[in-house]
Amino acid sequence: MPINTPLLDFYRTMRRIRSFEEHVADLYVRGGTAGSMLHLSIGEEAAAAGVSAAMKPEDRFTTHHRGHGIFLARGAAPDRMMAEIAGKEVGYCRGKGGSMHIADMALGHLGANAIVGGGIPHVVGAGLSAKRLGTGAVAVAFFGDGAMQQGLLYESMNMAALWELPVVFVCVNNQYGMATRIDHATKVTAFDQRARAFGLAAAMVDGEDVEAVHAAASEIVDGARAGQPGYLAVTCYRFFGHGRMDKSPYRSPEEEAAGRKRDPIAFARARLIERGLSEAAALDAIDTAARAEMAATVDFATAATAPALASMFRDVFAVGEPEPESVRTRIARVLARS
Amino acid sequence: MVEITYRDALRDALRDAMAADDRVVVIGEEVGAYGGAYGVTKGLIEEFGPERLIDTPISEPGIVGTAVGAAMTGLRPVAELMYVDFLGLVMDQLANQAAKIRYMFGGQIGVPMVLRTQGGTGRSAGAQHSQSLEAWVMHTPGLRLAMPATAEDAYHLLRQALTLSDPVVFIEHKALYARKETADLTRAPAPWGKAIVRRPGRDATIVTYSRMVHVALEAANRLAALGHDVEVIDLRTLAPLDIETVIASVNRTGRAVALSEGPLTAGVAAELAARISEECFDYLEDPVIRIAGEDIPIPVSPELEAGSVPSVELVVETLTRMLSR
Repeated sequence: MPINTPLLDFYRTMRRIRSFEEHVADLYVRGGTAGSMLHLSIGEEAAAAGVSAAMKPEDRFTTHHRGHGIFLARGAAPDRMMAEIAGKEVGYCRGKGGSMHIADMALGHLGANAIVGGGIPHVVGAGLSAKRLGTGAVAVAFFGDGAMQQGLLYESMNMAALWELPVVFVCVNNQYGMATRIDHATKVTAFDQRARAFGLAAAMVDGEDVEAVHAAASEIVDGARAGQPGYLAVTCYRFFGHGRMDKSPYRSPEEEAAGRKRDPIAFARARLIERGLSEAAALDAIDTAARAEMAATVDFATAATAPALASMFRDVFAVGEPEPESVRTRIARVLARS
Repeated sequence: MVEITYRDALRDALRDAMAADDRVVVIGEEVGAYGGAYGVTKGLIEEFGPERLIDTPISEPGIVGTAVGAAMTGLRPVAELMYVDFLGLVMDQLANQAAKIRYMFGGQIGVPMVLRTQGGTGRSAGAQHSQSLEAWVMHTPGLRLAMPATAEDAYHLLRQALTLSDPVVFIEHKALYARKETADLTRAPAPWGKAIVRRPGRDATIVTYSRMVHVALEAANRLAALGHDVEVIDLRTLAPLDIETVIASVNRTGRAVALSEGPLTAGVAAELAARISEECFDYLEDPVIRIAGEDIPIPVSPELEAGSVPSVELVVETLTRMLSR
């Protein structure tokens, strides 16, 4: 019998993330998702699982465009996620956002973002409101190494440190911003140095080891809650291309093979068995359950209905405000009059 | 005559401009080894090297600002912004810097740069990767703005842009890259800033640009089958705006539709409608009608996305309504 340890929970979370990504990728290839863009977080599961477990339910967060795993780890319902990515009405954002703009205020998800670095300053604001309103909540920005070269990050770090806000910046460093390897995008990859320069507590951690990620994240998140904002870089490897259709011609098969060996799920699995906390059959059962769960989300999303055309005018402004008049209606009105 | 795509025509223009002028450099995200997010610069790094195909970090304001400074000091940079939506990040460098430097500094120096980017719907890329933001540019004094609809124009307008003395924003359409046409790139091009009548007609004039030119032409074909003869004008550049060609057409047809993919309110179609109403008032049989994108962010759902911008059906329906009265 597996022993219920945090590591087993991490394993389950990471397996569910990977299975979700595998299923959404398959749906994408079959033309079942809305849109031309789909960014998978395979290889980055420990960042999602480890940091999320260091957060409390009331904490807020934003993510980048590669944020499926983080949202799942924070408790998202995978069927509604899949439906959103498929552009369906029952999705988290009624089919208006999709993979890159998924959000759920009930779970503290202030939004995924398709602008590199776009969601980072929002956590400074969330930290400000948490401090002012005394909620005790921490706000965490998740972003990729690509955002390390965006000026907005540094404005945000500076303000978070200056105002001693309960804010954490988490860089999921998967080594690539689109097709550009990190050492082609910046001279100094010791990112924690930059954060310290602004007065943040900072650490870098190996993203293969989910327990190490969790330990480092706990220290940073707890510190932020006590008024010392922080920064954590989780070093991992993006197993696949930038988008689902990107075959990564810009990196060697050897590099890719070595990178994919740094697999946080395989690592956790080996450790669970080695420590006698679980056994292969029990972990296989977790894997099978995750696959069944995620396969069902694909069925759910596929069967769900597309949003009604008129819904496009909803939510431009608050409920109760007039909706924009459609172009067709206006033309008919004008030509009927003249 | 050659069979050429819009994408390849753009690449040819860059290649020819770079071969003709050593000062031309391309700077942007993934423009070098990767060949551009939409493949426009593919292969150019092999010909011109990484000193002229300059890959950058994801630092859009830095990219555009660097191009501004380089343009002021002897280079002729082509900055590439992967999506026009990222104008949100770079608007200061573009509108407060590039557009105003010649004027603020009393005419001492210009900023001869081209900002290449792409916009529009058609790939269900969501609210931050599908916009048509040309009105932001057109509304900024000091900027030139080209929006080619065809491969031939993609080539010539980009070559011409790279001879001008002031900053040019060059907005391609993501749904046109793969569009193939038979073109003669050796033929003398239409002058920069001149509109082209893509289809002559007697009954009404559709004034448009970029992808909507093709929507207008298809609508005009369908309208012809209904007995309506509609003229289609492709503006090609929005700044400068060739209002003379538009006036001549509308004064002849007496009816005008301004067609734009961008949001309706305070958009390019609104400016066109205002100009036509002022200039052609005595000749108009009907109000100038704007057909444009809905006043909403672009939704990701493919059905909603398609419904949020003008369709051939809406253009046909509108012109039929106008011409059946």
